[in-house]
Amino acid sequence: MVDCTGVGDMDGIHDIGGMNGFGPMHRDELIFHAPWERLAFALASSTPMEGNTDDFRHAIERLDPTFYLSADYYGRWLGALEVRLSERGVIDSDEVDRRAGSARARPRAIASLAVPTRSPDGGPKRDVDRAPLFAEGQRVVARDLHPTGHTRLPRYVRGHHGVITLTHPAFVFPDTNAHGWGEDPQYVYAVQFRASDLWGEGDHTVSVDLFEPYLEAA
Amino acid sequence: MTGHDHDHRHDHDHDHDHHHDHDHDDPRALRAEALEAMLIERGLIEPAAIDSTLDYFEHQLGPMLGARVVAKAWTDPTFKDRLLNDGLAAIGELGLGGPQVDHLVVVENTADVHNVVVCTLCSCYPWGLLGLPPAWYKSLAYRSRVVREPRTVLAEMGCELPDDVEVRVWDSSAEVRYFVLPERPVDSAGLDEEALAERVGRDQMIGVAR
Repeated sequence: MVDCTGVGDMDGIHDIGGMNGFGPMHRDELIFHAPWERLAFALASSTPMEGNTDDFRHAIERLDPTFYLSADYYGRWLGALEVRLSERGVIDSDEVDRRAGSARARPRAIASLAVPTRSPDGGPKRDVDRAPLFAEGQRVVARDLHPTGHTRLPRYVRGHHGVITLTHPAFVFPDTNAHGWGEDPQYVYAVQFRASDLWGEGDHTVSVDLFEPYLEAA
Repeated sequence: MTGHDHDHRHDHDHDHDHHHDHDHDDPRALRAEALEAMLIERGLIEPAAIDSTLDYFEHQLGPMLGARVVAKAWTDPTFKDRLLNDGLAAIGELGLGGPQVDHLVVVENTADVHNVVVCTLCSCYPWGLLGLPPAWYKSLAYRSRVVREPRTVLAEMGCELPDDVEVRVWDSSAEVRYFVLPERPVDSAGLDEEALAERVGRDQMIGVAR
């Protein structure tokens, strides 16, 4: 098993929208900085295994926060790949340690509530035989949810009011799909928030794509 | 003997080209190579599959695809209407789509409105139109700050926006991908689609340049 730092989840380290302290922008234009980053990308994106994009994202989110912050981008991909392979019993991290010659860069992660045991067909878009609950122009509030598992509801909009500007098609619901609990497709909406509501200042707007269960009528 | 035997890390022969030999001091490099060897031994991945994945993402995808879309929209108003109305169908007319573009919303920059795209939760990006993202797009600084202080972030990146330009930030938190249609340069009259495409940069299609 993976080195476990707890079970469940999670207001995770990945959810950084609006946080302070990450410093000025550096124009780092490279896609890959080193050959191992290319290899990590290729392995993470092409190794066949049961699961889906949502559980891959969740594996990154479950990485120990100190590992997440220090691993760099493709270090997270590599760590998430090892976590997923380990959870599926495909590899053992002790063997990776031996083969790599050390336990440095060995990932630690929060254990998933459940790991998907099969992969869905096709992309994430789905047809559903019901109408969207909300309409463009409608005011909504992002629910103040703190799910024990994967979610795509960023913390910085929870509890805030916004306006629906676009109704997207329905998509597989990440909160269930990441755990193999079914696709439960849900409509997605572009919800526009005013910066002044989110941050107390700023003259811009921020539009966030939110799944229907994240919203209620304002 | 050179005294440095690069073959020590593999006990099998292969001739694929995704290795270099310069980062062996990095524990992540050693771990990536250990995982690769284990996956190959278990028959889970073929070296050729690794190389073809990299070739596809590094050579067949890239901002030149998005630039074609922009140039077409700049020269064909009915295409532009279709693009803004249903992005996925419109880029499909050009044979485009591809990975990470399951649904596409194209937002138009004008003299009055500036759109900029981010993914605060991870690194969602329209791979099928722009290729893999640059490091700064995935950086903690960009992801955390551009939703909160976009004018400052853009200024740090060399894009100063006038105060009277409305800024709209799009956080691609689901499977919809966003793509910015930049303003056509005023000095581009008479250029054909191909020449116009040469004028379109990746940063404009993300919205960190005008």
